[in-house]
Amino acid sequence: MNADKHFILGVFNDEDVLMDAVKKVRGSGVRIHEVFTPFPVHGLDEALGYRRTRLPIAAFLFGLTGTTLALVMQIWMLGYDWPMIIGGKNFASLPPFIPVTFELTVLLSALGMVATFLIVSDMKPYKWPRQFDVRSTDDKHVIAIDLAVNRGKSKDDLARLLREAGAEEVNEKNFED
Amino acid sequence: MAHITVEDERYQFTPQLKKKVYYLLGAGIVLFILGLVLAMTGGGHHEDAGGHAALSVSKEMVASLQDHASAPHAEDGGEHHGSSAWLKRTWAALWTNNMYFVGLAIIGLFFVAVQYAAQAGWSAGILRVPLAMAQWLPIAGILTLILWFLVRHDVFHWTHADLYVENGAGFDEIINGKAPYFFWPLAAGSFPLFYILRMVLFFGLWYWFLIQIRKNMLAEDLDPSTSYWFRNRSLSAWFLVFFAVSSSVAAWDWIMSIDTHWFSTMFGWYVFSSWWVTGLAFITLIVANLKSAGYLKIVNANHLHDLGKFVFAFSIFWTYIWFGQFLLIYYANIPEETVYFIERMRTSPYAWIFYANLILNFVLPFLLFMTRDSKRHLSTLKLVCPIVLIGHWFDFYNMVTPAVMQEQGGVGFLEIGATLIFLAAFFLVMFNTLARMPLIGRNHPMLEESLHHHI
Repeated sequence: MNADKHFILGVFNDEDVLMDAVKKVRGSGVRIHEVFTPFPVHGLDEALGYRRTRLPIAAFLFGLTGTTLALVMQIWMLGYDWPMIIGGKNFASLPPFIPVTFELTVLLSALGMVATFLIVSDMKPYKWPRQFDVRSTDDKHVIAIDLAVNRGKSKDDLARLLREAGAEEVNEKNFED
Repeated sequence: MAHITVEDERYQFTPQLKKKVYYLLGAGIVLFILGLVLAMTGGGHHEDAGGHAALSVSKEMVASLQDHASAPHAEDGGEHHGSSAWLKRTWAALWTNNMYFVGLAIIGLFFVAVQYAAQAGWSAGILRVPLAMAQWLPIAGILTLILWFLVRHDVFHWTHADLYVENGAGFDEIINGKAPYFFWPLAAGSFPLFYILRMVLFFGLWYWFLIQIRKNMLAEDLDPSTSYWFRNRSLSAWFLVFFAVSSSVAAWDWIMSIDTHWFSTMFGWYVFSSWWVTGLAFITLIVANLKSAGYLKIVNANHLHDLGKFVFAFSIFWTYIWFGQFLLIYYANIPEETVYFIERMRTSPYAWIFYANLILNFVLPFLLFMTRDSKRHLSTLKLVCPIVLIGHWFDFYNMVTPAVMQEQGGVGFLEIGATLIFLAAFFLVMFNTLARMPLIGRNHPMLEESLHHHI
């Protein structure tokens, strides 16, 4: 058995108990791998100490790429490669290029964000998600603790901690892959 | 979660602040008089030589467009522009500022109405700020009416009676075709009854809606019943329907008709978007300053974030409208339409304003307000909102002045002085109103939601 994929799970029924449990577990120095909830729980990301996503920075850079690409493409095409007289304007004039520039900025920024999000969230194509507890898609909240990163604590300690924090049941979960 | 109690807050218009506002007023009056003297003595000689080539092009173009039947260059010599340049410039400065502050007042009411109609909760704690801004509305109405009669022949070309005399030297077929819009039911060239009636109707009804909505808001403070909120919601919905039409017509009447030959189907939206983003920046700035002064305890970074997003989003919206108007005119290249931008882009006193308009109102707010943090901090809000406010002042300047002054306009002490006078008067009315009512509507049914607003 590979210890890297060995988890201990606390199953909770109520999101208020869950929130307190998350604070309690983290307060005792245990690192939580992930919490699975059937619906968004307000304040959970803060309780888990997640840093704010840097996705907006990626979006800005993708957008900037789109802007540059669109302007270079249009100026090269209509200004140099195949100049055409349209409405008596200059070959490379800015105003008519703005709509395409805008669209490409939005397009690249959106597609880039989706791609970045899928990659950083580990949702690449052909990647099967680990199903910790199928009930977390229905009515239960699940705290998953990775045993490998909490070597200071024994399995029993962690189970006791979760139970004291209000877990309905505590399970172990191994992933073979 | 920290529990916040809503305390009654009352705004104090402190003597120190009052003194500052009077200093502002004094500075405005001094600058205005200084500008008047400068304009009267040195009038019309400040264009630099570099601009002349472009000027003559645009002048020729304007002349050829306005030259419909006979009299070429009737504009330059005849009775149409009889007043001296300094007087026209004064009228243009006053009319620009009047339009700008009409916008701040009506957007105060519009903001409140939008919040009620959208059943918004987040804004429940800050509604008194736009409500106080709207108190300028009756003054704005009276000022608009009085100023209009003062400035009409110098600002509004269409008020000259000889434009409508068929076969006369000044006859203008295009303007004559628009005569009923101004003069109905009276004869073309006489008293513009329809136009004045619209002006009175718009200000009258806007003010009526303001009185009703404010009455309900203040009655709610004494009587914790939700009925006032429901009444305001339906009042707001009716107001918004009326404002949708009246804001567009007002924009045609009070601003677009200055360029009488020219028209743009986007102009109503253009003026509205400029008013709206100006008003939002002003509300944000006042809320940020009240917060810094220790008021509005229930306002936190989340409320500021929403206000910042409003300014950010509607700066982009304004740019969209601006560009929508510009691109079509640029591409179609119909002389009747293009002249509007020739007057502004290619005429030396205004060209820098034309580009500054885009930088101040799009590039800077877009880049500075892009990050989440910049919308949540008082310091950045207090930096960007004044940029937007100044930018849109130039926007209104460039809507009004080029058509009135042709190449003789400028931005100097006269314009700055007039702006400071208007600003100080606006502040006096707004802060006095704010001091006379509770700063928080304590019985607003959505106050609890506003307390827990979290984004």
